[in-house]
Amino acid sequence: MEKKLLLGDEAIALGAIHAGIRGVYAYPGTPSTEITEYIQRHPLARERGLHSTWCTNEKTAVEAALGVSYAGGRVIACMKHVGLNVAADAFVNSAITGVNGGMIVIVADDPSMHSSQNEQDSRFYGKFSLMPVLEPSTQQEAYDMMEYGFELSEREKLPVLMRIVMRLAHSRAAVEVKETARELQALPCAKDAAGWVLLPANSRRKYAALVEQQPRLEELALHAPYTRYEPSEEEKPVGILACGIGYNYVKEAKEAEGKFNILKVTQYPLPTELVRRLAAESREILVVEDGQPFAEEIISGMLSADYPVKGRLTGDLPRTGELTPDSVATAMGFRPERYFDLPKEVVSRPPALCQGCGHRDVYTALNEVVKEYPNARVFADIGCYTLGALPPFRAIDTCLDMGASITMAKGAADAGVFPAIAVIGDSTFTHSGMTGLLDAVNDKAQITVVISDNLTTAMTGGQDSAGTNKFEAICLGLGVEPEHVRVVVPLPKNMEEITRILREEIEYKGVSVIIPRRECIQTLNRKLKQKKAEKKS
Amino acid sequence: MKQDIILSGVGGQGILSIATMIGEAATQAGLTLKQAEVHGMSQRGGDVQSNLRLSDGEIASDLITAGTADMILSLEPMEALRYLPYLNKDGWVITSSSPFKNIPNYPDDEALKADFRTLPHVVTVDVEAMAKEHSMPKCANVILLGAAARYLNILSVEQLRASIARVFGSKGEAVVEMNQRAFDLGYAASEI
Repeated sequence: MEKKLLLGDEAIALGAIHAGIRGVYAYPGTPSTEITEYIQRHPLARERGLHSTWCTNEKTAVEAALGVSYAGGRVIACMKHVGLNVAADAFVNSAITGVNGGMIVIVADDPSMHSSQNEQDSRFYGKFSLMPVLEPSTQQEAYDMMEYGFELSEREKLPVLMRIVMRLAHSRAAVEVKETARELQALPCAKDAAGWVLLPANSRRKYAALVEQQPRLEELALHAPYTRYEPSEEEKPVGILACGIGYNYVKEAKEAEGKFNILKVTQYPLPTELVRRLAAESREILVVEDGQPFAEEIISGMLSADYPVKGRLTGDLPRTGELTPDSVATAMGFRPERYFDLPKEVVSRPPALCQGCGHRDVYTALNEVVKEYPNARVFADIGCYTLGALPPFRAIDTCLDMGASITMAKGAADAGVFPAIAVIGDSTFTHSGMTGLLDAVNDKAQITVVISDNLTTAMTGGQDSAGTNKFEAICLGLGVEPEHVRVVVPLPKNMEEITRILREEIEYKGVSVIIPRRECIQTLNRKLKQKKAEKKS
Repeated sequence: MKQDIILSGVGGQGILSIATMIGEAATQAGLTLKQAEVHGMSQRGGDVQSNLRLSDGEIASDLITAGTADMILSLEPMEALRYLPYLNKDGWVITSSSPFKNIPNYPDDEALKADFRTLPHVVTVDVEAMAKEHSMPKCANVILLGAAARYLNILSVEQLRASIARVFGSKGEAVVEMNQRAFDLGYAASEI
């Protein structure tokens, strides 16, 4: 064993490499990105030729991962919580087909929305797809659970969902890791078509078997290696059901040592037997879980109506936002003392587009043209350029999800909005924008689509973008007319040309695409630095 | 013994490299460490912070409880003040005095100074000016680490100095020497 200082994401990545995966399939998304990046850099992963290039979106990632599993390899698919919505079709159905080689889908939730649009809790996905769910509380558990998870997956012939939260993903701690990796898993390729072709007749049979499997999955959760019951020495104390990282905050309250019965849960379906024991030996239960009140709802329904269950639903813990050691200590009855107030001078400092960023020039041009049309609306998308909502630009009117700029603009144009302008980044366009553009072309919608191409997936730190060098061809292939696919270079000196082209294309009664293309200032600087360093050495 | 540190600044200033140097020293010293970082959107010129916890025993939470931090170590003065509710009553604030004004409503310099005067244990160092004066423009964060070294009781000055050598080792002797000089400058400037 050797000790390494690892982020939660990195511990997962190394655990997966050591468990003999054939590859990782993922689309970047905070806080999950570093899992794939670690594998991309790892020498053994390179030596073994593990797949680690970025996928176009989370759905293609999960499907390709299932293909690896079908072929007999171990595999992980990684994404942020909202990415699981995109992958949901493949993800939920993969519980029906089941797996051959072990497959773990790792989903990083972002309670408090540090870098997200919502704080959905992925454990609900595990429950409704009837899959086993792992929820580590530490970096060490995250590492250890990879080998464990693959064995579980292969034994039960089911994909496994590992749910982590941002605080584990992006927190570093020492992890004891193995010095050697398992051989690449190489089971025979699957060939049972009746099990893999989800025609209704097959699906009904497989779904019934999956439902029948649930008691065994619960039994496994009961004996999961990191799930444990810690009884208090006191008679009938308060009981705490602590899920995943919530357990750490409970243990942080040092005054509480020995005063509570604690049930630490790291695997689902929720082990009913332990929950009933906790209830019987405690006078009430406090549920400490990061994210949404998932376990709280289940146990409230499980126990008798007059048994007191406290948590996020009762307001003992805040209903929204991530857990903190303060909120948990307060819910446990210890109010942490504060000595200094936040001075009134301190103001918020929102993030902003970098100086020199091409998106800035796009918004400068767009704002100049849009002010000539009082009814114009700008439908934007997910990426750095969402920051165009903030001053000084205040240039966008909507941002919903990956790809919605084009489709919302189209719908609005259908309903009479003019001009309806969509702003979407290059990586977001290939992730989920292309299909919407086809809808717009087929309906000859009067929209102007700006694909602000900075040649990278910038918001998450500069990962390769799937469509680089292909955008004109993609747009033409989808049926946008060649004279209405326009490329410009977003620089202040080209402002006259950009605004002229914007005006022309807004007036065109059909779909037009303008592609302002200039490399992200961050990735450009990084490359220049690298070159300089190479020259030196 | 434990030391809970809140590192703060503005995205891109380099608080994570300070965390790396302290973390490297702590690991070598056999201490337990947890370090929570924020990645993603907030790195684009917004406020950033990292919770760095060091202990000779176990550490449960990745986050520091309000009212318990032993130190706020900040590359920007307003960002130091943002985390005051986390400071314990005997805690230290070690901060750069150079404001980073990328927002239109940045508070008045005098108002910030007045806030610092109300604190019992505070060291402000103009690390940006020192870095410029000594022709080491990229070393402001190491100067700040030097300033903090006097008050980081869980690690010795020698341990921190040695960690700089290891962290910058791959960049050559000249870079190591410059960073250790930056560290010493910060240390000398932190006496109160």
